Amino acid sequence: MAPKVKLPKPGELSKIDFKTPATDWMDTPVEFKPGTFCWGSKEKDLLTLGLPNPRQWSPADEDWKIPEGWETTILEGMAERLSKYRSFKIFMDICVRCGACADKCHFYIATGDPKNMPVLRAELIRSVYKKYFTKSGKFLGRLAGARELDMNVLKEWWSYFFQCTECRRCSVFCPYGIDQAEVTIIGRELLNLVGLNIDWISGPAAACYMKGNHLGLEPHAIAGNIESMVDDIEDITGIRVNPTFNRKGAEIMFVTPSGDLLGEPGIQTCMGYLMLFHELGLDYTWSTYASEGGNFGFFTSNDMAKRLNYKIYAEAKRLGVKYIIGGECGHMWRVLNQYMDTWHGPADFLEVPVSPITGTVFENAKSTKMIHISEFTADLIKHNKLNLDPTRNDHLKVTYHDSCNPSRGMGLLEEPREIIKAVCNNFYEMPENTIREKTFCCGSGSGLNASENMEQRMRGGFPRANAVKYVKEKHGVNMLANICAVDRAALPALMDYWNPGVGVTGVTELVANALVMKGEKERTTNLRFEDLPGKGGNE
Amino acid sequence: MKVLFSFLAVILLILVATMGAFITNLHFVFGIIIPYLAFAMFVGGFIYRVVKWGRSPVPFRIPTTIGQQKSLPWIKQNKIENPTSAFGVIVRMAMEVLFFRSLFRNTKTELREGQNGPELSYGSAKWLWLGSLFFHWSFLIIIIRHLRFFLEPIPFAVQILESVDGMLQIGLPAIYLTDAFILVAVTYLFLRRIFVPQVKYISLPADFFPLFMIMSIAISGILMRYFYKVDLVAVKQLAIGLATFQPVLPTGIGPMFFIHIFLVSILFAYFPMSKLMHMGGIFMSPTRNMISNNRMVRHINPWNPEVEVHTYEQYEDEFREKMKKAGIPVEKE
Amino acid sequence: MDVKFIEIFNEKKTAISSRWLDAMIASYPNDNSGFLMNQKDRFANPVGYTFTIGIEGIIEVLVKGEDFSESVSFLEDIIKVRAIQDFTPAKAMAFVFQLKTIVREELGKEIRQNQIYDALLDFESKIDDLALTAFDIYVKYREQIYELRTDELKRMTFSLLKKANLMSEIPDQEFEHKDQK
Repeated sequence: MAPKVKLPKPGELSKIDFKTPATDWMDTPVEFKPGTFCWGSKEKDLLTLGLPNPRQWSPADEDWKIPEGWETTILEGMAERLSKYRSFKIFMDICVRCGACADKCHFYIATGDPKNMPVLRAELIRSVYKKYFTKSGKFLGRLAGARELDMNVLKEWWSYFFQCTECRRCSVFCPYGIDQAEVTIIGRELLNLVGLNIDWISGPAAACYMKGNHLGLEPHAIAGNIESMVDDIEDITGIRVNPTFNRKGAEIMFVTPSGDLLGEPGIQTCMGYLMLFHELGLDYTWSTYASEGGNFGFFTSNDMAKRLNYKIYAEAKRLGVKYIIGGECGHMWRVLNQYMDTWHGPADFLEVPVSPITGTVFENAKSTKMIHISEFTADLIKHNKLNLDPTRNDHLKVTYHDSCNPSRGMGLLEEPREIIKAVCNNFYEMPENTIREKTFCCGSGSGLNASENMEQRMRGGFPRANAVKYVKEKHGVNMLANICAVDRAALPALMDYWNPGVGVTGVTELVANALVMKGEKERTTNLRFEDLPGKGGNE
Repeated sequence: MKVLFSFLAVILLILVATMGAFITNLHFVFGIIIPYLAFAMFVGGFIYRVVKWGRSPVPFRIPTTIGQQKSLPWIKQNKIENPTSAFGVIVRMAMEVLFFRSLFRNTKTELREGQNGPELSYGSAKWLWLGSLFFHWSFLIIIIRHLRFFLEPIPFAVQILESVDGMLQIGLPAIYLTDAFILVAVTYLFLRRIFVPQVKYISLPADFFPLFMIMSIAISGILMRYFYKVDLVAVKQLAIGLATFQPVLPTGIGPMFFIHIFLVSILFAYFPMSKLMHMGGIFMSPTRNMISNNRMVRHINPWNPEVEVHTYEQYEDEFREKMKKAGIPVEKE
Repeated sequence: MDVKFIEIFNEKKTAISSRWLDAMIASYPNDNSGFLMNQKDRFANPVGYTFTIGIEGIIEVLVKGEDFSESVSFLEDIIKVRAIQDFTPAKAMAFVFQLKTIVREELGKEIRQNQIYDALLDFESKIDDLALTAFDIYVKYREQIYELRTDELKRMTFSLLKKANLMSEIPDQEFEHKDQK
């Protein structure tokens, strides 16, 4: 479809046009431009997942092939969710539009598009709520901020709820704790009722449902991928590690996002896990059935998230392990921390996690029985159980990106920092209001790390990249550490665009590079087969 | 336009009130019936809204964690912003409700021109916090002060509050600090909706209306106290009558009083159906009022749905041969 | 460059920069809320910050008139942002030419009084050079966006291909050779 080319009048393009007249947001229709939205979900994936209205469609088309009577479906869906979620009801009712959240959203900061202000993003749905569920909206209409639900509104929802990465940064600054992530989650549930999702979410969700992980790796492929990592580890260290799969009676089951099984720099993080666990002599197993820590169902609906999450406890039970360790991932930990136990607990077939190396009892996970790899590693380091040589990371000047979900949906802030400080000699923090609970999103979270929306991703990640640029210029930072598989997939592109020369690494990769393993040969390269400082032939 | 509409609506209300005030026959309606109705609508509406919220369960425990979690013993937990005890939550809520903690967080980093090139400095954007704090606290104190009309004898606490509020001892009757504060604060809140472009853009008529209402109520109150004085004894008689459900209508109260009480009544009646309900909602916001002990204590979802899952057996049936080939143990050979 | 021109330009420099920034921000029809314009914080408003710093830098270099290449990094910073913001190439680049109009309007009277039209033409030629450089930069970054997509795919699949012996690692030297475009 060739875009209509309208020739500008002479002088039109270069004429100085101060302040275009502002149109009210309700009168500003949404536009779909290539590069700024994700493809629509595929028919076959919706069929696999049993989601409504499976069909081939494209957001670029005028007709989205929504079934007749969709308005009723959406409004009934809203009514149902209002009665099920106090959060939704309260967030619809009490916003005073004070604007404290407005400039806290990375998409708003990078685009200036007012509908990306969290308050307006919520207002997109609140206006419909007012029209159909409140008296004032029914009678006063637009004066009360209410509007009719029509196809344009639906398209606008789709556009803007898939421009929110559910990062919760706005929620930190809201005087009532209104969480746009919660509104987006419900908004996406409603959209899914009429078959509106994006391919990058429904595809991985369908793969995860049938094959156990988002990438759709079948059991032999998982074993094969890990096997080739084992080969690489042997090349680098001279040590052959022996991971096991679906082994009954292991003490620990390890679950990590499948992004770590394929693609750089995820695989180096995964090699890190393998080396660390081997060095400790940990009695653990991988599972090919529960081979996904992440949960793209969470970006579809709560039911979908629950369906995908089921495998973790079910597999732990089948294998008879004592507890579960989870790898580095962002939204995975929001789900594990705040949802899993409620969905599928109580996990009374597991035991309270105890580190077999240090004896530390993880009381903080006494109900879910699942701990974060960073908690586990930080504990080892504190007890001096690892032989570390941080000089191997001396060529790196590291900064640390807090992933949204572990910081604002969990509070895992200091553990990774303790680890990084123990394994790297050069660590620099980014400016204070861009880290920890105020961290900026990578711009690709909540299922938006597709490639067709690359421009949108570069925009969404700009505030984060801008803070990295600052430490790059000030301290010469050349490595961005994180604990999230989506970060590892998305940040390399972001850095290549905004801050060329800054690499991306998982924290455990840094650990493994510094880890002096028993009986290892003298290492000459790091896990990326790059020469170690002062040891390579090229230096 | 949005502003104008709200402004005209309030002007209209003031005209109605003035009419009521100057037509003696209507005093019974304006002094007794409307206040009762408004109060009933306020209490009824407030309870209705809170009950309605309360009827929707909280399926998941979703606190926004704004600080270090409780994990390893040597890592210092932020016990207030990531609370794992009821006490922590109480402190967190108190900070939020009494001191607007989250608005206070509104910091920003600035690059300023320093002596040796640009320097990074931490400024703050605390005006909204300050304005809101002054506004809400003044409002509260003013309401408490008004108790002296409804109670006999006047409680000691109310007397103390009044004397503190009027401690400047300027003018006769003494000027209350809160009267000045609330006017300044409400004007600030109004002006920022006009002049801060972002806030202007998101504002609705429903945001301006309460501001104009509160402004007019404050002004009518001040006018009544200092300029168009009313018969305080009569006002108190009326107020106590209302409070004890033995309404009496003393004569000669003065018209300004009827304007004031009419506007107050409208605000009260409007309250439950508006965003002003944030007063109740803040206590029930799940991202703030929940204990962040997700992995320690299981949270129960009352409607935890049964969902269709893909079981291990189904999985193994599909991949058994491939698993065996790869040396992965299976349940059924 | 003409001494007189530089003198009058320097007098109006602040006005010119600020009008140029206004013009650039005005190209954001969606910035109805005025955020880009008003928020001065480097981290809270990286777009506005990049433009402000970039504009000052470019003008500084232009008026000094010595080494033009110094302004390239500022130009890059600005164009990088505009290349991903939904603009047509013409709209994304228009800001460079707008500088001409602004300078003419701001300095017109002084130029007439001092009869230094040649200096103005000189200066405008420099803006033309700036524009040509800007096009190079713009195209470079647009291309990069597509490269990022393929790179991402490569990162995902490289290990697989390697495993399947479909691809072996290219020795470093060849890589370096390829990079020198």
